[in-house]
Amino acid sequence: MSTFVEILKAIGLAVLIFTFLAVVGAMYGVYLERKISGWIQVRYGPMHVGRWGLLQTIADTIKLLQKEHITPRRADVMIFNTAPIIVAVAGLLDWVVIPFGTGFGRYLVVRDINIGVVYFAAMASLTVIGILTAGWASNNKYALLGGLRSASQMISYEIPLALGLLWAAMIAGTLSTVGIVEAQRGGWFLFKVPPLGFLAALLFLAAATAEVNRVPFDLPEAESELVAGYFAEYTGMRFALFQLGEYAEMYAMSAMAAILFLGGWLEPNMPQWVWALLGIGALAMAAFIRFSVLRQVMLVRPILALAVLGAVICGLMVLGIGLGRTPVLPSIVWFFIKLFALVFFLMWMRWTYPRLRLDQLLNLSWKVLLPVGLLNILLTGLLLTVAQ
Amino acid sequence: MPKVVLDWLYVGVFAVVGVVLAVVPLVVVWLLAPRLSLPQKRLTYESGVVPFGQAWAQFNVRYYLFALVFVVFDVEVIYLYPWAIVFRQLGAFAFYEMVIFLGILLVGLAYAWRKGALEWV
Repeated sequence: MSTFVEILKAIGLAVLIFTFLAVVGAMYGVYLERKISGWIQVRYGPMHVGRWGLLQTIADTIKLLQKEHITPRRADVMIFNTAPIIVAVAGLLDWVVIPFGTGFGRYLVVRDINIGVVYFAAMASLTVIGILTAGWASNNKYALLGGLRSASQMISYEIPLALGLLWAAMIAGTLSTVGIVEAQRGGWFLFKVPPLGFLAALLFLAAATAEVNRVPFDLPEAESELVAGYFAEYTGMRFALFQLGEYAEMYAMSAMAAILFLGGWLEPNMPQWVWALLGIGALAMAAFIRFSVLRQVMLVRPILALAVLGAVICGLMVLGIGLGRTPVLPSIVWFFIKLFALVFFLMWMRWTYPRLRLDQLLNLSWKVLLPVGLLNILLTGLLLTVAQ
Repeated sequence: MPKVVLDWLYVGVFAVVGVVLAVVPLVVVWLLAPRLSLPQKRLTYESGVVPFGQAWAQFNVRYYLFALVFVVFDVEVIYLYPWAIVFRQLGAFAFYEMVIFLGILLVGLAYAWRKGALEWV
């Protein structure tokens, strides 16, 4: 009987997280991406469907639901059809171990698996199977090249990714994601064993960007040379499933980076005057932009929006600490602030760096990130052993 | 039920529900979308020209050597995980052991590097 209840609970949670990924992750991920791209390129981005174009991607999804599925004549039909499903499911499975916060007297995580970090690395690399089969089954030259590139890229960056995960696990002394966040009550891992924590975070972020095929590591789908890479032959909803899987993966990587190095759902532990100072700084910046000629420059609009948001958060923190509330904001709010800050960072990077060449990409992984990661582990081990 | 079994039960349910939820929109498409199969429409895309040959031709699989090096280092990282968890309880001895282990692998990496296995040619 209890097994039955657990299965029902699991189904409910799976539907909940899938919906979250489809709506917040994919639909509003695409919207954010287009909006931020627009701002950086000094244009508006989607504006017509709904206020500020907020319903644009919902309309797009409904449109995609009515689009015909075209299977190329020479494709391997069965593999061609399963590939998008594999990518979408791999994106969902990452989220089993990601804790959103605390509440109702428990941790808000699907399952706190005791090898959570290893599980995450394993599920994140499942995507490559979907991508490689998609590229191969299309029987399209562009798609095959995209799939092969993706395979070599993903296996190259999986090791730096694992070394980043390993570093955090080593400091925390546990592989459970909840345990890693709890170990950061004394301070974020980003600032542990300085500057090695920062180095490990950088390593993880670079590898995570490569794992989710984003600029500057977007060779598998380089649109200017490979059309769309491995999903060149996919139409309609199958294409949307690839997008869903990719955005789910990107959000999962950002969430993992927040958990490993930015304290997950924990509130930053800073005195009231630091918050006040930060808030005044953000407010001054917002006021400067709003009341100067800069107001008319599109490029600074996201900075204005971020400054106002930052000022609001700092103001709330100052008020909350003044009233003696701890923690001031609910843990889940902090988790999402950190998650979206990292997502924003990834989208910003897209319009800042040019794409690497394939040999540069592999050199970066094997000749820079891997030795640096290993030495980082050894040095941290040495320092921790000496400290004992 | 032990916690470990329950954990993996959830993972299994997630995988099954994930597949079902990914198939649902495809079924909706099957119900809603038009289906009109023309030979031109089903041609493989190749920049607008009629594709010649198959994509399943012989490819120079350059990443083969990378795949070999990858296997070595991926297995190594798996061995590092248990060490990372308990090395503080084991003290200095475990650290020296790991230095030797990583040292051998770093020599291996240097060898592969020197041999040109890490060059994309």
